[in-house]
Amino acid sequence: MYNFEFVKPSSIDEAVAALGEDEAQALGGGQTLIPTLKQRLARPARLVSLSGIAEMKGVGAEGGVLTIGGGTSHATVAAEAAGSYPALAALAGNIGDPAVRNRGTIGGSLANNDPSACYPAAALGSGATIVTNAREIAADDFFKGMFTTALEEGEIITAVRFPVPQAANYQKFEQPASRFALVGVFVARGGDGVRVAVTGASEEGVFRWSEAEAALASDFSTGAIEGLSVPADGMIADLHGSKAYRAHLVGVLTRRAVSAAS
Amino acid sequence: MIQVKMTVNGKEKSGEVEGRTLLASFLRDTLGLTGTHVGCDTGQCGACTVHVDGVAVKSCNMLAAEADGASVDTIEGQAAPDGTLNAIQQAFQDHHGLQCGFCTPGMVMSAAALLKDNPRPSEAEIRFHLSGNICRCTGYHNIVKAIMAASGQDVSAIAAE
Ligand SMILES: Cc1cc2nc3c(=O)[nH]c(=O)nc-3n(C[C@H](O)[C@H](O)[C@H](O)COP(=O)(O)OP(=O)(O)OC[C@H]3O[C@@H](n4cnc5c(N)ncnc54)[C@H](O)[C@@H]3O)c2cc1C
Ligand code: FES
Ligand code: FES
Repeated sequence: MYNFEFVKPSSIDEAVAALGEDEAQALGGGQTLIPTLKQRLARPARLVSLSGIAEMKGVGAEGGVLTIGGGTSHATVAAEAAGSYPALAALAGNIGDPAVRNRGTIGGSLANNDPSACYPAAALGSGATIVTNAREIAADDFFKGMFTTALEEGEIITAVRFPVPQAANYQKFEQPASRFALVGVFVARGGDGVRVAVTGASEEGVFRWSEAEAALASDFSTGAIEGLSVPADGMIADLHGSKAYRAHLVGVLTRRAVSAAS
Repeated sequence: MIQVKMTVNGKEKSGEVEGRTLLASFLRDTLGLTGTHVGCDTGQCGACTVHVDGVAVKSCNMLAAEADGASVDTIEGQAAPDGTLNAIQQAFQDHHGLQCGFCTPGMVMSAAALLKDNPRPSEAEIRFHLSGNICRCTGYHNIVKAIMAASGQDVSAIAAE
């Protein structure tokens, strides 16, 4: 790992100012960034730790909306969202392993937008709003393909707002070595219809399966999507699974999620 | 260089670190606490697990500077000052929960974190909790058995495998 200057501000304003310098990068829980730095895939001159910013931590539910601070750990979400949004808490409680969940944050996960990460499916599947120091971004406009988001240089995720659906479920087919999702599907049924978000499968990163959404909107049952499948074209292929295998898993996991959510 | 101070196994410790210094390196190289093992150095194996402010973290995946002001517990602080093993360590010995011992400090620290939240975990809960701790020797069976025994549960019915 190349060396860098380490700073740990205690407010969002200070963090944004510290990130204004050239070659500065935010540090969330470091569960992705530290391994990346060890491999010398990034070379920031300065790391701005977000872990000392109290206003970016915590979980609060009000009027059917769950707001999670961008610096909140997966373990805290698993514990504190269990009553208000059980499907989201279960997803957070199954990311990686306990030590990863104690450090990793929701803001870091969404900003990273790993094509196999769990939180992007929850944010897109719930129709969440990503709140930054500068603006609010709808999940539909946030994810721009593998490891790419709508965030500008130096912009930080300060909170994420989830409208709590009537029913939801996340099904993760775990890749046992990395513990990420080989494929994961988040299904949510709310006032505005049904959303189905798929992670781990597409070369474009997390996506909505609109055919399944349309079919489920009129009939929220596994039968409604029995014959539906996603094309294998554009799916990820690696040593863990072919394009066709991932496409198949999308159908299986969506049906499991619908059945668990109904 | 950055000056850091932390409470390690109940004692005040301080030292100088670079921005990039990992907590694992600070514990091992600066403080000489080599009980914390570095297996993979990528956040996968859990051999480097320690507690920071009471929760388990992988010390190879956390900067020492991030632990400034924190309370850190390592394997060296688990036994009593006279060397008497704590219940988890003793159970690992009694139930043959280790072979080469490389993963053991991380296993013991992970188990300690589990038992703090869940004093009588089921076998399935123990296995789920240990998903980030890899052992190349034991096949896990006796590790799970040791943790059940350490939590006061009867393991006589669990056959040795
Ligand atoms: C063994 C292991 C298993 C894992 N398993 C899973 C899994 O099953 N599912 C899963 O989804 N993930 C998994 N992860 C990844 C984990 O969830 C990470 O915590 C997460 O991807 C990154 O969050 P972080 O807070 O650690 O961010 P960091 O690693 O600190 O940062 C990641 C990126 O986000 C940026 N960033 C951080 N915080 C913010 C912010 N608030 N605003 C803007 N940018 C920010 C950083 O600059 C960096 O580019 C695993 C990781 C490990 C090590
Ligand atoms: S050495 Fe830290 S997880 Fe393997
Ligand atoms: S006892 Fe050898 S790695 Fe676990």
